[in-house]
Amino acid sequence: MEGLLHQVISGIATGSIYASISLALVMIFLATHQINFAQGEMAMFSTYIALTLIQAGVPYWGAFVLTLALSFIAGMVMQRTVLEPLARAPVLASVGAFLGLLLIFNNIAGWLFTYSLQPFPSPFGEGKPILGGMLSRHEVGSIGVTLLVLVVVWAFFRFTKLGLALRGAAYNPESSRLVGIPVARMLSLGWGLAAAIGAIAGMMVAPIVFLDPNMMGGVLLYAFAGALLGGITSPLGAVVGGVLMGVIENLAGAYVVGTELKLTTALVIIVLVLVIKPTGLFGKALASRV
Amino acid sequence: MNANLSRLLRAVFVVAALLVPLFFASGYQLFQLTLVVAYALSVLGKNLVTGFGGQVSLGQGAFYAVGAYTAAILMEHFDVPYWATIPVAAVTTGMVGLALGLPALRLGGLYLALVTFSMAVSVPQLLKYKLFEDWTGGVQGIVLLKPDAPFGLDLNPDQWLYLFSFVVGAALFLAANNLVRSRIGLAMRAIRDQPLAAEAMGVELARYKTLTFGVGALFAGVGGALGAIAVGFVSPDSFTIALSLTLFVGMVIGGASSISGAIYGAVFIVFMPNLAEEISKAVPGAIFGAILILFMFFAPGGIASLLEAQLRRLRAAR
Repeated sequence: MEGLLHQVISGIATGSIYASISLALVMIFLATHQINFAQGEMAMFSTYIALTLIQAGVPYWGAFVLTLALSFIAGMVMQRTVLEPLARAPVLASVGAFLGLLLIFNNIAGWLFTYSLQPFPSPFGEGKPILGGMLSRHEVGSIGVTLLVLVVVWAFFRFTKLGLALRGAAYNPESSRLVGIPVARMLSLGWGLAAAIGAIAGMMVAPIVFLDPNMMGGVLLYAFAGALLGGITSPLGAVVGGVLMGVIENLAGAYVVGTELKLTTALVIIVLVLVIKPTGLFGKALASRV
Repeated sequence: MNANLSRLLRAVFVVAALLVPLFFASGYQLFQLTLVVAYALSVLGKNLVTGFGGQVSLGQGAFYAVGAYTAAILMEHFDVPYWATIPVAAVTTGMVGLALGLPALRLGGLYLALVTFSMAVSVPQLLKYKLFEDWTGGVQGIVLLKPDAPFGLDLNPDQWLYLFSFVVGAALFLAANNLVRSRIGLAMRAIRDQPLAAEAMGVELARYKTLTFGVGALFAGVGGALGAIAVGFVSPDSFTIALSLTLFVGMVIGGASSISGAIYGAVFIVFMPNLAEEISKAVPGAIFGAILILFMFFAPGGIASLLEAQLRRLRAAR
């Protein structure tokens, strides 16, 4: 029982990191109906930027904030230069652009920072596990950071005028344009936000899995599964789904298939969701007007 | 000259040109050309699914792996001759494609891209899994012997394999060419361009989409089997997501809605890395990425449509 509880709680800790990436994916999906296959590699690259800053002597939280700002700007620039011009092209074009970005980030990171594993510092210190030995300090810290991110994002969309405009631009671009919302700018803003959220997830996961250019492959897969499980149209669902995937990963690893089939577990969940309930737990069915 | 005769002459010329390397190219160059055939078949499968069928699939490398492992396991554990593994690999991979395509294609949209991407990411892990180790050889993979030329032909193994792949490849390219010109091909294109109208005309979307996806997987399976025989080795880490992405790049650069585009794309993905790797190991990937985005902007129809435009201009000038 003790063991089960431990698996569940530490699953929630990694799940909260998946939840952030799921949330970033869902944000981009809601705004543009695209799936950002480069989300993981963008987060990985941001984490390398943070590491470079830390190694240059910038204190952790300074590097953290700087990385968020840089990722935010890079996300907006990418949307403006690469994705916006392809917005009206067939779906293959945007998928191609995402994969192009994935390849570029992955290989440039390998080129600049080599493919060897690098340790990444945790801001929460090493220290003894807390909560009765259930969770490391870093796990507790990353749950806290993720919760904070979620509350901030939720409050931003719920209570600010800008958040409302962003929701409007994503939900109904035509009408939004008529009431004077700069839709294109809102979409780049959404991209910037997604890139920044991804960067946070990268910096939180790197101390656990070590940093290397392929670090996010498995994380992205679990985030996909989380987003689908929660419902690709629901930000709340993305968060719940992401956390659930962390728990499922741990339980399946401990009691069912072992850790060697981690990625296959995610694939099976994805297929099961599509077969049983394609809208996920909280999603709406997408209807298109005929 | 009548049209049929001129078409025949052109075909003879192309075949002759493709057989020339048999006598002049070195062993390594022949090996590369054999790989071109293997990749061209896989890219062709993608072209059918994406270019003609309009479904975005990202996991062609996984099907390539299924074909390669089917051939390797049959040769290693069942002493099946190499040529007989090709049809088995085709059928096996086609079945896997149907099974995986069914849930995703029912839904349409980007779900297929998601499922196939996830599949491609998880394939190496599955191949390493300890329960299958007796068959797959685990991390070590399986080493295969290169087949000799049969019937006392005076060809070395590289020459023979090129010839063999060439014949298999030519047959499948012809088959694909006929497929897209058939009723099924018409239905595929109708689904791509006007799904609603197609459905209203009585085309069963899910059935044709799944069928096309199965055929696309089958082509990759044959490519994988040929590739495994040519390389003489299969291992889990040769079939990572990078392979799927490379095949995607081949499709886009060659031209997705074209049969011959698959050949241009395959030539590109086999020979470009050799040139670029002299700078750094990471460079080919980055160049692939950059070229992918550039083609999406400036030549979404790939090399095939650029060539076609050029030809049309020449004809107009005459």
